[in-house]
Amino acid sequence: MSGAIAAEGIGQPVRRKEDFRFITGNGHYTDDIARARQTYAYFLRSPHAHARIKSIDTSAAEAAPGVVAVFTGKHVADDGLGGLICGWTVTSKDGTPMKAGAHPVLAFDTVRYVGDHVAMVVAETLADARAAAELIDVDYEALPAAVALSTCQDEKTAQVHTEAPRNTCFEWELGNKAETEAAFAKADRVVKLDLTNNRLIPNAMEPRAAIGEYDKGSGIYTLHTTSQNPHVARLVLSAFVGVAPEHKLRVVAPDVGGGFGSKIFIYAEETACVWAAAKVGRPIKWTGDRSEAFLSDAHGRDHLSHAELALDKDGKFLGLRVKTIANLGAYLSTFSASVPTYLYGTLLSGQYDFPAIYVEVDGVYTHTAPVDAYRGAGRPEATYLVERIVETAARETGIDPAELRRRNFVRTFPHQTPVIMNYDAGDYEASLDAALEAIDYKGFAARKSEAASRGKLRGIGFSSYIEACGLAPSAAVGSLGAGVGLWESAEVRVNPTGNIEVLTGSHSHGQGHETTFAQLVASRLGVPLDSVEIVHGDTDKVQFGMGTYGSRSGAVGMSAIVRALDKIETKAKKIAAHLMEAAVEDIVFENGTFTVQGTDKSLAWAELSLAAYTAHGFPSADIEPGLKEGAFYDPTNFTFPAGCHICEVEIDPDTGITRIVKFVAVDDFGTVINPMIVEGQVHGGIAQGIGQALLEHGVYDPDSGQLVTGSYMDYCMPRADDLPSFTLGFTKTVCPSNPLGMKGCGEAGAIASPPAIINAVTDALGIRDIEMPATPARVWEALQSAAPRAAAE
Amino acid sequence: MYQFNYERPKTLADAEALLGKADDPKILAGGQTLIPTLKQRLAMPSDVIDIGGIKELDFIRAEGDAVMIGAATRHATVATSPDVRKHNPALADLAGWIGDPAVRHMGTLGGSIANNDPAADYPAACLGLDAKIHTTKRLIEADEFFTGMFETALQDGEIIKEVTFPHPEKAAYMKFRNPASRYAMVGVFVSKGPWGVRVAVTGAGQNGVFRVAEMEEALAKSWSPDAVANIKVPAKGINSDLHGSAEYRAHLVTVMAKRAVAAAS
Ligand SMILES: Cc1cc2nc3c(=O)[nH]c(=O)nc-3n(C[C@H](O)[C@H](O)[C@H](O)COP(=O)(O)OP(=O)(O)OC[C@H]3O[C@@H](n4cnc5c(N)ncnc54)[C@H](O)[C@@H]3O)c2cc1C
Repeated sequence: MSGAIAAEGIGQPVRRKEDFRFITGNGHYTDDIARARQTYAYFLRSPHAHARIKSIDTSAAEAAPGVVAVFTGKHVADDGLGGLICGWTVTSKDGTPMKAGAHPVLAFDTVRYVGDHVAMVVAETLADARAAAELIDVDYEALPAAVALSTCQDEKTAQVHTEAPRNTCFEWELGNKAETEAAFAKADRVVKLDLTNNRLIPNAMEPRAAIGEYDKGSGIYTLHTTSQNPHVARLVLSAFVGVAPEHKLRVVAPDVGGGFGSKIFIYAEETACVWAAAKVGRPIKWTGDRSEAFLSDAHGRDHLSHAELALDKDGKFLGLRVKTIANLGAYLSTFSASVPTYLYGTLLSGQYDFPAIYVEVDGVYTHTAPVDAYRGAGRPEATYLVERIVETAARETGIDPAELRRRNFVRTFPHQTPVIMNYDAGDYEASLDAALEAIDYKGFAARKSEAASRGKLRGIGFSSYIEACGLAPSAAVGSLGAGVGLWESAEVRVNPTGNIEVLTGSHSHGQGHETTFAQLVASRLGVPLDSVEIVHGDTDKVQFGMGTYGSRSGAVGMSAIVRALDKIETKAKKIAAHLMEAAVEDIVFENGTFTVQGTDKSLAWAELSLAAYTAHGFPSADIEPGLKEGAFYDPTNFTFPAGCHICEVEIDPDTGITRIVKFVAVDDFGTVINPMIVEGQVHGGIAQGIGQALLEHGVYDPDSGQLVTGSYMDYCMPRADDLPSFTLGFTKTVCPSNPLGMKGCGEAGAIASPPAIINAVTDALGIRDIEMPATPARVWEALQSAAPRAAAE
Repeated sequence: MYQFNYERPKTLADAEALLGKADDPKILAGGQTLIPTLKQRLAMPSDVIDIGGIKELDFIRAEGDAVMIGAATRHATVATSPDVRKHNPALADLAGWIGDPAVRHMGTLGGSIANNDPAADYPAACLGLDAKIHTTKRLIEADEFFTGMFETALQDGEIIKEVTFPHPEKAAYMKFRNPASRYAMVGVFVSKGPWGVRVAVTGAGQNGVFRVAEMEEALAKSWSPDAVANIKVPAKGINSDLHGSAEYRAHLVTVMAKRAVAAAS
């Protein structure tokens, strides 16, 4: 490979192509788009967690200045619009399907959470729409609400959906119960732990937004929206909600400012905008504000779990038994049923060779915002549980936490876990060793006593995590209840002048696809990075694709590009052979040049591209003109990024403030395309993990169901000065199931870090558990009860 | 936001006249509290009188044994003022702890104390330094000015013109920031000066800023962290919320007081 191209190719820390546009204010986000004659939508939301709507009088609002139309749940119902769906069906232990309550686009007779959608006002200006919304007279009969997760299954608690008695949507299980019972029966020690996984509110930088349009001439609807997966949005809006037939609906997700899962889902506001655009005959724009985002974006996590770990006398793990109650919120969101089940229970084996595991998960409704995938989705919950209980076991057995993990690591591959997953490759000890070295584990005791001399409590915590990415083999997810396949698509278009457009079904909303995907193409075709354009996010341009979540864009999206590039190369060689009058087998393609082996005949990439389109003298039976190929890639397995994070904290016992003083992350992501982007993903992920562990908490008032943390005054996002400087390291085992050997890196930081941090905090405090977020107040309170022991150390 | 008339007078006299004329006016200074309130439709003034263009309200003057600060002076200006740094570094530090850079470059001294947020920082400095608040109508002692949560002695149409901060011999401010909002969860201002010793606490009290007599007496006898180390304020009357119980905040008052005294020693 020539020098210039090698510097931009696979493995190089190339600067992100898209950043110039973003940091100079030249991006095109949904809110930047203005359509002629556009109107503005404002949503009237429920002030109650649970209420019956006795009546709605919109007449005053309809007569208000600038108002174009007012829509309520009755209009939606009269129009026969379907409800919002959950695309994954989970089956309960008793064989019954999950109990899905209806999820109308605008509430019909009942509101089920604060922020639920009651009416949409469409007006000439946003101010007009807001002012008119205040004139809507809703007669509510406020009802008791089911808010707290711990009591929502009680007989006496209010019901969210009549379809789901005891607010229980499903009672799911995974693993072998009898084998697990037997393992516990012969255990020398059983370690038990109750854990809470706190509710998080995503807070992508760009709030959700939509512009719905309808073209009367063609009958085509267009929705510009903040989506991580525009084709999935189109499919759902068409096939299930029934807004328009698929071929009459275009969904465009232009530049999108972060998603973290929250923009996978198909929400009421976006749906209402595109549906109503035909009714009012004008484009309708809605841009959520931050308060609306807090109330109505799908939240993340929110589990209560009881876990038990069985060990033999040598510290070998014999079995794991888990019972989890997972909050689904008031309605099932697009993928919510899969998150606390197949994305959670399947990862409970961690990095360990468990003979038996049994997990039960109750998915429950509460009168709170829907809960769905949020960076990591199920895997942070699994990792938190496994790594917290393993660390607890180390403390209770007196075995060093690194050693206890070592004794139980999976060491041979492929490895079939008791919970579906088949680990294909990994070297868990390598990342543990590298992390121990990087943090100077041997020096910890000295650092702890030095901290004590300054009156500070120092602690250390481990997290040896594994996750499953590269979602996912279509057959596998289909057999588990998914309504979709999780392959990915790509099309490579070579233009006559030799530059290249790659149409990908992935969607970039901060991940840097325009750079990494281009690096792959540039390396493979031997062309400069600048001659490659990555096109995504528009159902009119791009073939059907599944979008970006679950760290799948590299392992699945890029694999599809590789397949398309294989086809391009095959065809290009055929053309080259024809042009140079040689046999196809003798054509060598290297560094962007085609040569005939053993001769000095050659053809540059640009010459070949042009020839493909001039097509002069092509034997038409053999070679079609043009150079454009597509591929659909369906993975054969999940990918399994894994690694080890170690955290060291110092706690000020006077104030309860926890300072992270050292943070080491050693990750195995398989092949890395752009190490700078990967490091950025790890940094961002750890920042979110620190947020979960120490700062962030979505809290509802347990009686009224009001969102207490509805703004940044109370919801604490991590800031730069909350974060330490991270020490990163990488180990590498290549993923055998995809052509590039990639595993995915987008979620690992958020998955791995919370247990490392809480393990460090509990170590410093000398206590078994502290609930996340470990705020100064909680740490101080823990110290009051644990004072004698902490003081003694 | 609801509709309102917007005025930006150039002089204090014009501002007073406009305030007198309007039905239900609101003074706008840095807008860091008022603008969000308007955006959330929690206030519906007929007129917004922006005092940001009035030069005579934007100054810092060191004269005799005090620093005079105009009501429309931004927090960032106070934080970096050589006069304030020289004569009253604790006050400059306090201004530098407010919010974030954007807030400090917009928010004003007058706006902060007129608003009297129970978690705001300036009220602690005013009370802790025996400041004098000059308005268009009168002079108000800090002890009389802060009357309760979001309540002050200001009357309708009364504009704060300046605040006089006498130089302390020793002073320091220690702030325990709310992790989310970064307002004071507990902020303690301690000082020693011609007025004796003062200990003013913000963030903690249900009725806003308050003084701790017991700590003041102890420090008057012996200015040392140990003097306050065992003095606890009662948890009754202290805020309790998601971010901390009353007991925790009460405990932090002692910790922050101790640290403030240490810093001012
Ligand atoms: C993100 C954020 C973080 C913040 N963090 C902190 C913090 O850590 N500590 C802290 O102390 N504060 C904090 N603040 C508040 C900020 O410091 C401002 O001082 C405060 O909002 C009010 O000042 P202002 O000049 O913006 O007043 P405005 O918002 O313009 O006005 C506030 C009120 O004061 C009245 N008013 C204004 N000037 C006068 C005057 N001269 N005479 C009479 N009445 C007047 C107005 O009519 C209004 O009622 C924060 C604000 C934000 C937005």
